Amino acid sequence: MSSGTDDVLQLVDLSGNLNEQRAAGLLDVTGQLVRGLYRDMVLGRRFDQEAYSLQRQGELGLWLMSLGQEAAQVGSIRALRADDRVFPSYREHVAALCRGVSPTELLSQWRGTSHGAWDPERYHFHIYSLVLATQTLHAVGYAMGVRYDRSDSVVFACFGDGASSQGDANEALNWAAVTSAPIVFFCQNNGWAISTPASKQYARPLRARAQGFGLDAVSVDGNDVLAVYAATRSMAERIRAGGAPGFIEAHTYRMSGHSTSDDPKRYRDNDELARWQANDPVERVRLLLKARDWADEDYFATVAADAEELAERTRQECRALPEPSLSDTFRTTLHEETVALRREREGYETFKESFL
Amino acid sequence: MTVTAGAAPARNAGRGKATRTTLGRALNEGLRQAMRDDDRVVLLGEDIASLGGVFRVTDGLAAEFGDRVVDTPLAESGIIGTAIGLALRGYRPVCEIQFDGFVYPAFDQIVSQLAKMRARSRGLLSLPVTIRIPVGGGIGAVEHHSESNEAYFCHTAGLRVVACSHPQDAHDMLRAAIACDDPVIFYEPKRRYWDKAEVDLGRPVDSDTLERAHVLREGTDVTVVAYGPTVALALNAAEVAASEGRSLEVLDLRSLSPLDTTELCRSAAKTGRVVVVHEAPVNVGLGAEIAATVMRHCFYDLRAPVERVGGYNIPYPPARAEDDYLPDLDRVLDAVDRVSAP
Repeated sequence: MSSGTDDVLQLVDLSGNLNEQRAAGLLDVTGQLVRGLYRDMVLGRRFDQEAYSLQRQGELGLWLMSLGQEAAQVGSIRALRADDRVFPSYREHVAALCRGVSPTELLSQWRGTSHGAWDPERYHFHIYSLVLATQTLHAVGYAMGVRYDRSDSVVFACFGDGASSQGDANEALNWAAVTSAPIVFFCQNNGWAISTPASKQYARPLRARAQGFGLDAVSVDGNDVLAVYAATRSMAERIRAGGAPGFIEAHTYRMSGHSTSDDPKRYRDNDELARWQANDPVERVRLLLKARDWADEDYFATVAADAEELAERTRQECRALPEPSLSDTFRTTLHEETVALRREREGYETFKESFL
Repeated sequence: MTVTAGAAPARNAGRGKATRTTLGRALNEGLRQAMRDDDRVVLLGEDIASLGGVFRVTDGLAAEFGDRVVDTPLAESGIIGTAIGLALRGYRPVCEIQFDGFVYPAFDQIVSQLAKMRARSRGLLSLPVTIRIPVGGGIGAVEHHSESNEAYFCHTAGLRVVACSHPQDAHDMLRAAIACDDPVIFYEPKRRYWDKAEVDLGRPVDSDTLERAHVLREGTDVTVVAYGPTVALALNAAEVAASEGRSLEVLDLRSLSPLDTTELCRSAAKTGRVVVVHEAPVNVGLGAEIAATVMRHCFYDLRAPVERVGGYNIPYPPARAEDDYLPDLDRVLDAVDRVSAP
C-alpha cells in the first residue's frame, strides 16, 4: 500500500490532510482545483457503477471496472494539456470521460456495436488497446512524429503492472529513452493482472526498471489525486522543455474484479480489500474539501445529482446504441475497397437482401 | 487508389529514359523518389542508415534525408509499433525487416494492430505503413533467413500483400505501396536483388498497380502462376518448354492479397491447365487459394487438376540442402507434364 515515504509522492494523507510543505513548489492547491478533480472522480465512479449494472442486466457483453483508480486517471489527465496525446489501455474510462468522450462512445465497444467508437483526433485520446502494451509502442512512434513536427505537445502512454511484463512495454521504454521521445509512461499499478498479483510480474520496482532504461522515473500514491496531478504536470512540463522521457508509477488498487467475468474472491482476501477500501481515493478528497471548507453540502449534493444524471443518460443512450452493419466493416477494412472486397461485400448484401 | 508516384513532372524532368540497373538499386531509387516527393515519408529499420541496410537497399538515403532514415533499436515489434504511431501522427513510414524470419516478433503488431486499426476505428484512422521484407531462399543463408511467410499475412484482412519479381516492378510497386493509404507488406525476392534489367525510373505508376497481375509471357497450353522469386524460374521453364514444343503462359501475380482473380481466371480459362509455383510450403499455402479460386470460377474450362509446386512441409532446410527443397526447373516441368497429360 502506498505511503508518504520519500519514495512515493503523497500530498494528501488518508485523513484528508494536505502536506503543504511537500505541495509547495509543486502546485498551487486551490479549492477550485480540488473541487474540479473531486467532481470528475465522482462522475467517473458513478459511470463505472452504471456500466457494471448494465452488464449485469445483459446490456453489455463485458465491462472492465475502474473502481478505485479514479484518482490516478483524473489526476493525470487533468494535468495534461488538451493537445497532449493520450494512448490508453482499456480501463481508462474515467480518463476518457475527462477528455470528453461520451458515455455512449465508451460503452459501444463493450456492448458489441463497435471496436472503438470515438474519434481519437477529436479528443486527443486514442481508442483502447486490448492486447497489452501494444499501445506503448504506438505512443512512442507518435512521439517521434511530435518531435519531427517540432511541437511541444507531450504523449502520454497508459499501461498496467501486468502489461509491464510484455515485450512491447520494454521495447517502448528502451526505444523512448534512446530517441529521447517526448513521452510520459503512466503505469497504473493496481496490484493485480486478473488473478496474478504484481509480485509475480516483477522482482524489482517498476520505477527502478524504467530508470535502468534511462527514463526519469517517479512513484506516486495513485490514490492521491493531487500527488498524481503534481507529478504528471511537472513531468510533462519538463519534457515540453526538452527533457528526457518520463515514467510515473501510480500505486493504486482495483477494488473490483478485472472484469465482469472474474470473481476476485477466488484470488484475493477480504483483508486486503478492506485495507484499500479505507484508502478510497474519492473519500480522501471529500475529507480534504471539508477540512479546508472548500465545499459545502450544496456542492456535494450538486455533484451527486450530476452523477445520477450521468448514470441516467448512460442507461438511456446505451440501450439506444445503433446496431452495427457488416457492410460498414467491409467498407472500412481498407482505405480504398479492392475489387475482391467489393465483390465479397456485394455478395453478402445480395444474399442478405434475398431474405427480405 | 490515388497514386501520384512518379507523376510529378518537375521531379521526373529528364527521366523517362530506361537505365540498366539491379532490383536492389531500383528499390533504392524508388525510396529516394518517394522521400523527395513527400517529406512525410520516413524509413525505419535496423542498420539502414550508415550501413544502408544489409542488402544496401537504403544506401545513401541517410546522407540525403538525415533523421528521416532511422536506425532503430533491434526490436521488430518496436519497428512496426512505432510506425503505427508515426502513421497516426500523419507520417508515411516505410519499415525494413532485415530478413523474412525476423518478422515474427512483430507479428502481433502487424496482424492485430496495423491490419485492424482502420476497421476498428470505423474508418477514421488510416495507417499508410509499408513493410519491406526480403523474402525467400536460394542465397545459402543460415536458418530464419530464407522463409516464405506470405500466407500468414494474406490470411489477415486489412493488409495488402505484394511481391515484386523484377527491377521495373520493384521500383513501381514500391512507389505505389508507399503512396497507398493502406498497410502494405512488400516482399522483395532476395535472390533477385542483383538481377539487372532496363528500368524506366520515371514511369508513372498505374493507379491500380497493387491489385493487378501481369502476364509476362503469352502461351496457350499451360498457365504457370508465380510471384516474387519464382517468376524468373517460371519464365525459364517456359523457355525450355518452348524448345520442346509446349507453350506456357507465365502469370506474375504481383498482388498476393487481394488476388487478381480476373486475370488469373482469364488465363486459366484460356489454357485450361494451371501450375502454381511458390517457395512457401504447399500445405495451406497461397497455391491452395489459387487452386480453389480457379476451380470455383473455371471448373468447366479446366482440363486437369491444378498442380502446385512449392516447398515441402518441413522447416526450411540447411543451406546445402536448399536446392532440393526449392522449386526448380525439373519440378516445374514435371508439374507441367502432369497437367498436360491427355
